[in-house]
Amino acid sequence: MATQHSRSAARLMMAPAVVLLLGWMLVPLTMTLFFSFKKYLPLRGDSLERGLDWVGFANYVRFIGSSSFWPSVQATLIIVGGVLVITVVLGVLLAILLDQPFWGQGIVRILVIAPFFVMPTVSALVWKNMFMDPVNGILAHLWRFFGAEPVSWLSDASVQSIIMIVSWQWLPFATLILLTAVQSLDSEQLEAAEMDGASPLMRFWHIILPHLSRAITIVILIQTIFLLSIFAEIFVTTGGSFGTRTLTYLIFQRVVDSQNIGLGSAGGVYAIILANIVAIFLMRIVGKNLDR
Amino acid sequence: MGQITLNQVTKSFGDVEVITPLDLTIEDGEFAVFVGPSGCGKSTLLRLIAGLEDVTSGAINIDGKNATNVPPAKRGLAMVFQSYALYPHMSVRKNIAFPLRMAGLDKAEQNRRVEQAAAVLNLTDYLDRRPGQLSGGQRQRVAIGRAIVREPAAFLFDEPLSNLDAALRVGMRLEISELHKRLNTTMIYVTHDQVEAMTMADKIVVLNAGHIEQVGSPLDLYRAPRNLFVAGFIGSPKMNFIEGAEAEKLGAHTIGIRPEHIAVSESDGPWSGVVGVSEHLGSDTFFHVHDTGLADTIAVRADGEVGFRHGDRIHMTPRADVIHKFDAQGMRLP
Ligand SMILES: Nc1ncnc2c1ncn2[C@@H]1O[C@H](COP(=O)(O)OP(=O)(O)O)[C@@H](O)[C@H]1O
Ligand SMILES: [Mg+2]
Repeated sequence: MATQHSRSAARLMMAPAVVLLLGWMLVPLTMTLFFSFKKYLPLRGDSLERGLDWVGFANYVRFIGSSSFWPSVQATLIIVGGVLVITVVLGVLLAILLDQPFWGQGIVRILVIAPFFVMPTVSALVWKNMFMDPVNGILAHLWRFFGAEPVSWLSDASVQSIIMIVSWQWLPFATLILLTAVQSLDSEQLEAAEMDGASPLMRFWHIILPHLSRAITIVILIQTIFLLSIFAEIFVTTGGSFGTRTLTYLIFQRVVDSQNIGLGSAGGVYAIILANIVAIFLMRIVGKNLDR
Repeated sequence: MGQITLNQVTKSFGDVEVITPLDLTIEDGEFAVFVGPSGCGKSTLLRLIAGLEDVTSGAINIDGKNATNVPPAKRGLAMVFQSYALYPHMSVRKNIAFPLRMAGLDKAEQNRRVEQAAAVLNLTDYLDRRPGQLSGGQRQRVAIGRAIVREPAAFLFDEPLSNLDAALRVGMRLEISELHKRLNTTMIYVTHDQVEAMTMADKIVVLNAGHIEQVGSPLDLYRAPRNLFVAGFIGSPKMNFIEGAEAEKLGAHTIGIRPEHIAVSESDGPWSGVVGVSEHLGSDTFFHVHDTGLADTIAVRADGEVGFRHGDRIHMTPRADVIHKFDAQGMRLP
């Protein structure tokens, strides 16, 4: 009786939040869907007041038929995949390193988290102007110091540069989550493995890595959700050129540069579908890893 | 083979000396129990032998060879941890096979040894389960299985039964004792429970604050405790200590008499007091007697049928031949 009572009370109290969240999500989603079936070119005089022409799936066909579509999907996957690999691998190594006792551990841990507090736009601009600038950047100076020709990073190695910048931002997050996981490992397990004759490398492979698998899955899941929609880093560095036009960026260009809202909305729906495919895929892996 | 000798071994954590210079020999095939109150350095001593901690000074010899700087895996010892330390993501089979896999044995030999250990430990039906799906007693057996497949020179146990409930503890105690009889391998067993020590050991090492109070067989320690600490630690309920006039009559500073060595009667006996709490175990009854003028309370063990009640005045007669005498420093007098 009491639980039933409190359950309905809980529902009632949660209702405003649920309604607000649903509205927050449903309104833009419905509008996107709505526009994606319409011809909506504001510069050509289309407007909501005058009514928009229904064009069926024309926007969808055009978006997918454009020569930029598949390259943009590819760029998205390469960037997301690259960042995931770098952040997880370096994150695991850093987490294990930070778990060792050393002098100044507290300060170092705070410093490691610091990049996460820098806004994406700011960090991308810092990378672009202070590190990767082919004339004045630190990397250019370094290259010249060793007698090499400075690389124009953002045009010659554009995708790698973007991956680098975004990885730098997300590494702290991965490290932090993985560090807490490393710290939760029972030290007796490691000692048992040591007595069982496992070398440090074997202990890492057979004990530490399996222990981290959950945390790694969580890092991958959360990062993927955010990485699929990175925008600022591309906007302020390459502006989508040199093969760095991701799906998100392509949609932005369709809506803002070409002022074609219908076409952009169709792209948005494709992005939702792509995100869901990735999510289902990940959920399967996560589910398997989280069950234990 | 598994003779272990400690020679002037010490261990300090920072400025704190946890193990003071300590000499000890454990013979091949012996079941040695380290017993002492919590925090006295039992685990530290065991970890020193295992090689999981480095000695601050002194030497450890295993089978006559200096093993002080030999890494843990090369000492030929196997350890069973208090938390079992099973690998949660591996099946029972893989857990038990892990040391063999690390040693590079071929698959067939691994399987043969795992099946053999599983048969000894009644784990055959659980080989494909994960540790998380096992009960406490089964996990304990897996941990032991992982130790025995290595065929070590000696087993080290660190309070292996402290996470089990009382009934299971008695069962596992027997199983470990039987295992020792069967394998005839040196075992070092750490516990804070003197009952475990008394029931299992060939040799008990009583530790207190990082040094050895006494080494001997369970009955040696029971019959002739070297000092007040050992006298109070071994035996349950604790030995009664009496100071003052009664002790001086026997030329000692303190005398000790075990509860089971005091006879009770309604009317005669040199000591008398009032019954406080009485604990009826069926086979025995323990009386806690107050107002004796000798000590705060005197514990007495009587037959289960003796029916004194709270508040009764009773008389007690100590058995003269088993009164322990100690001097002012707490050392045993002859
Ligand atoms: N790694 C360590 N660092 C500092 N002190 C320790 C460490 N390990 C144990 N000690 C101290 O050493 C003493 C003995 O510990 P331990 O051997 O675990 O006792 P026991 O197993 O007999 O209960 C305790 O006072 C404990 O605080
Ligand atoms: Mg301990």
